[in-house]
Amino acid sequence: MNRVAVTGLGIVCALGNSVPQVWDRVIHAESGIAPLPDPGNPAYRFANGAVAWGYNPADHFSDKELGMLERFAQFAAVAARQAVAQSGITFRGELADRTAVITGSSVGGQFSEEEGYKQLYRHNNPRVGPLTIPRTMSNAGASRISLECGTKGPAYTISTACSSANHAIGQAFWHIRQGTVTAAIAGGSEAVFAEGLLRAWEAMRVVSPDTCRPFSKDRRGLILGEGGAMLVLENWEHAKARGTEILGEVVGFGMSSDAHHITQPDMGGPSNAMRWALADAGLPPESVHYINAHGTGTVANDCTETASIRNVFGTHADKLLVSSTKSMHGHTLGAAGAVEAVVTIMALNKQVAPPTANYNEPDPACNLDIVANQARPASMETALSNSFAFGGLNAVLVFRANN
Amino acid sequence: MTEETHRDDIAERVIRVIAETQKIPAESISIDKTFEELKIDSLDGINIVFGLENEFNISIPDENMASLRSVRDAVEGVRQLVAAQPGPTA
Repeated sequence: MNRVAVTGLGIVCALGNSVPQVWDRVIHAESGIAPLPDPGNPAYRFANGAVAWGYNPADHFSDKELGMLERFAQFAAVAARQAVAQSGITFRGELADRTAVITGSSVGGQFSEEEGYKQLYRHNNPRVGPLTIPRTMSNAGASRISLECGTKGPAYTISTACSSANHAIGQAFWHIRQGTVTAAIAGGSEAVFAEGLLRAWEAMRVVSPDTCRPFSKDRRGLILGEGGAMLVLENWEHAKARGTEILGEVVGFGMSSDAHHITQPDMGGPSNAMRWALADAGLPPESVHYINAHGTGTVANDCTETASIRNVFGTHADKLLVSSTKSMHGHTLGAAGAVEAVVTIMALNKQVAPPTANYNEPDPACNLDIVANQARPASMETALSNSFAFGGLNAVLVFRANN
Repeated sequence: MTEETHRDDIAERVIRVIAETQKIPAESISIDKTFEELKIDSLDGINIVFGLENEFNISIPDENMASLRSVRDAVEGVRQLVAAQPGPTA
């Protein structure tokens, strides 16, 4: 089986428009959560969000291109450009044929869909824009990346709500490991701040009225975030032969389904996903040093995730560093796994455990070392990144530092 | 339904909302039933609260969700919010 190197990272989120920017804010526990530019009328039950504050579409695309590309697809393309540039890889000839693009997105292009509905139902105008379909389709990001980069191998999009990006990265990892492809651009993107979608989240009553405080006793829910992140994954020997810098390694992937409830979390599914990811990596639980938790900041997730971690790791759970960086970049839904993969690889690369920001008080039901409010230098070789979705779909990645 | 809302009327309407959202006969729901007995989980609860907000034109705060465990809780909660409202249904 082939080893799988990470040779490029790209990101756009509330914390910035590049990996160095985002990482700098992460290690300083700076939150990208702030009042929404449009508070809604009547106001949403939640006032804050993790908007991609510094992102200006015109910096990256022409007017003509923007007419074709929804915000979520723009995030995917911009993140991919960064990752490919860092990797220094060029997709020509056989390599182009043997490079995959696999993206995650929970809902695709909501703005265009809602605009179509407004025309149809509010303005009684039966003429819906001709680009609504290509703008809205969940694979618009994957298609744009493939078009821009000239990759001609497998390309598809996975939609498993908040696990989408982890499922996408996991599939790309397996494709390269088994030799189906030589390289892949994989990750996820999401643009959630569309009015109809925000109203739907409001009605779910899982969004915090103030901020995201994962594992803190006074946590009141998640904070919605937008953005995109992409990884260039590459056959280890191919990357070595090119002489490019290897930022880290993907070593395991596990996925499971709760078969329990459509929205309530359960301990069984997440435990299985972590266990199977470690088995896939051929590593014992004791080899793990850091977990980038799903850690949404809802009452139910954080205590169930804690119980799952204790279930899998036993007494080793007390030695783990566990943090939820959603406290800073928000819950980016279909992009979450990718944003957190970037953070996790940087953590291994820089040997610094990212903090859980906004933490106020311990919760006995979340009694792990959650790296409260301050990043911590630590010797870390292996890390997990957890994603657990509504619908009970779980996906866990295992990363290793390249020492 | 008249504009005048007295005690029994509120209970009856709450029960009807629960029956409609849960797709169960209203006769199977009494004021003394707990949500657990009616097999109402957290997602059902959100759905019921949404229905109650529409039925009574009220806004139910998130904080009230956790204490909502029975039909009686729902009726009492709605009664307080309706009473706090200005207008003919107060």
